Amino acid sequence: MTFASTAVRTVYQAAFNSLERPLLFVQNLVGMRRVAWMFLLPNLVIFGAFTFLPIILNYFYATTGSDAILLSQRPYVGAENFRTLLACKDYLDPNTCQQDIFWRAIHNTAKFVVLQVGLMIVFSLVTALILNRDIVLRGFFRGVFFYPVLLSPVVVALIWKWVLQRYGLLNAGLEEAGLSSVNWLVDANWSFFWIVFVTIWAHMGFYVLILLAGLQAIPSDVYEAAEMDGASKWRVFYRITLPLLTPTMVVVLVLSLIRAVQAFDEIFVLTGGGPGTATTLILHYIYETGFAARPRLFGLAAAASILMAAVLMVLTLLQLAVTRSRAEG
Amino acid sequence: MRLTSLLLVTAVGALVAGGGAQASELRFACYQDGVECDTWGRLLKQFESENPGTTVKIDIVPYKSILESLPVQLAASQGPDLARVTDFGGLARYMLDITPYIKDASYWEDNYGPTLKWARVNGPDDKGIYNVMDQLTVTGPFVNKTLFEQANVQMPAKGATWDDWAKAATAVAKATKTPYPMAMDRSGHRFAGPAISYGAKYFDAKGNPVTVDDGFKAFADEFVKWNKDGTMAKEVWAGSGGSAYQDAAKEFINGSLVFYFSGSWQIARIGKDVGDAFDWVAAPEPCGPAACTGIPGGAGVVGFKSTKHAEEVAKVLDFMAQKDVQAKFMAATKNIPANKELQQAGVDYVNATNAEKAALKQFTNDLQGFSPIAFEFQGYKNNRAIMNSTVTRITQAIVGESTLDEALGRIDSDVKQAVAAAK
Repeated sequence: MTFASTAVRTVYQAAFNSLERPLLFVQNLVGMRRVAWMFLLPNLVIFGAFTFLPIILNYFYATTGSDAILLSQRPYVGAENFRTLLACKDYLDPNTCQQDIFWRAIHNTAKFVVLQVGLMIVFSLVTALILNRDIVLRGFFRGVFFYPVLLSPVVVALIWKWVLQRYGLLNAGLEEAGLSSVNWLVDANWSFFWIVFVTIWAHMGFYVLILLAGLQAIPSDVYEAAEMDGASKWRVFYRITLPLLTPTMVVVLVLSLIRAVQAFDEIFVLTGGGPGTATTLILHYIYETGFAARPRLFGLAAAASILMAAVLMVLTLLQLAVTRSRAEG
Repeated sequence: MRLTSLLLVTAVGALVAGGGAQASELRFACYQDGVECDTWGRLLKQFESENPGTTVKIDIVPYKSILESLPVQLAASQGPDLARVTDFGGLARYMLDITPYIKDASYWEDNYGPTLKWARVNGPDDKGIYNVMDQLTVTGPFVNKTLFEQANVQMPAKGATWDDWAKAATAVAKATKTPYPMAMDRSGHRFAGPAISYGAKYFDAKGNPVTVDDGFKAFADEFVKWNKDGTMAKEVWAGSGGSAYQDAAKEFINGSLVFYFSGSWQIARIGKDVGDAFDWVAAPEPCGPAACTGIPGGAGVVGFKSTKHAEEVAKVLDFMAQKDVQAKFMAATKNIPANKELQQAGVDYVNATNAEKAALKQFTNDLQGFSPIAFEFQGYKNNRAIMNSTVTRITQAIVGESTLDEALGRIDSDVKQAVAAAK
């Protein structure tokens, strides 16, 4: 043990010792059970003020009408906002819905979640498998894939906007190669493709890191045994790697699913939800309805956010149930 | 000795407390198209020297913040003391009536009468004074004259229709290989002028909004077609979602656009950024079958009821409204004055280039021929609801998400829903 570490240890010990007497005093004063509450109190206050209170307020906004922001000035309308959002002749055709843009946003979000999460997991897994092998410059490549995660979502979106705009980098390259340019962010299908691509590019590194940790936790003797038995690479992957990686993949699935449903910032800057409503997701609808459009329909926006929260809760419970059943099975 | 010290401390305390009560710092949330807030900053130094103890702290904010954040702050009684705004009708409920605090209300009525009405939304009995206009704006077109000359195409003259301009701009763009013949800011306010020119009435005889009629439909049809066939730069409207504002000034300044429908507030920016790269002019308002009109509008400074310094706020507004202050402000910012005396006397735009002076003159002249519907539209308190829905729904028709008829039907229902919610 070096002198420095001994000194640090001594200082820490002294600090802890100095806390002992006041803590014992408080414990004697309020009792053992209440001390626990005292420690929890700061966190409870912060959670209460910034999480639980907004949830409760959101419920009140969802059940009141008008464009007033103060609850005292908002008339109670019951479930009217929910009825307005859900008024639809055919849920598969947003044009038949009273709030057609809400339903377009729901459809877009569903499509986005399936595509983005599915592709994200596939690409993350493939990348993690490659980066787990003994390749040249492995550390460098791990850094490269993780780097976009460190960037602000607005920076990510602006970079890609410069690449994708009509006179951007991509079209300049295409024209240089003798190909015709494409109006990437004005065409509905291409815009949707690019929001999926950009969000995968921006977040994949995080999931690669988690999967990489999962892969490295698999004991090497299992692979050695499989090799001795002459198992093919595909069989090793399918029978050993994948099953042992499943708990990690479930974590990745839950995290990426929740994040995909909440996607907003990159898309807001990159496409603004357009063209038309082609890339308008549910959070964008809530923002537009509650804060951007005039008059501000806070009630409708709050009701939409409650519906979104309900869907997220169902998804999370489903994932937890799956995880639990696998752990027990 | 102890008594002397006590008296000294008490006296100093009283002075500090007294000074604290008198001194008032006013927060002024200001957005600028050019140098408006910087100019107010300079001019308000004079106000501060004439009114010791009152300081005005200018917070320069983006226009988006004025549109989106300010109303929320005001609703929560957390707004600034003053702000430079454009949505007079929408914010009227929060505005401070300065009539009790000013000496000469008749000066305001005589000089700002028509624009005072834009904030008087509480019926015919509302005679309050809420806003001092510091920028009277007029929507209208800017044209790249150099491109017309290079293409050897005759520029359409006064009285030319939107169709004439579309044909001419397309011919110029084709001849000069310019990417975009025409563009219009992504704004329901910009859209409204041509729509009225095509016969849109916007209101029935009782003043209730009737957004979609034959005139509105006729221009919407033309506009959607122009966006689809490339006459209009599709990126501007189709490149965004929701009701977000998007201008096309960059494209015009870069020389990528022949005809740009925006408004007089862009004069200083275009003048400064184009420099001598090419010649540009503000053209007369294009005509439709019913009129040749844009929409008047603009920005002004208002105080808010939530202020703790109502008297000082009124003093600032009264200072801003004075003719000599307005003359200095207009000259520096190259804006059209709302002050009647100043309009008649004319502003000496000393720092303006010839192109800028000509543009200011063109827009001021155009204003005289504007349709009365355009003024009514500007003064309507829920006009933002019409504008937002126009942008959102017409964009959907442009990108093919809905047919034009479906889009028009949605505009009608959106406006009805918004007006009901705003009651």
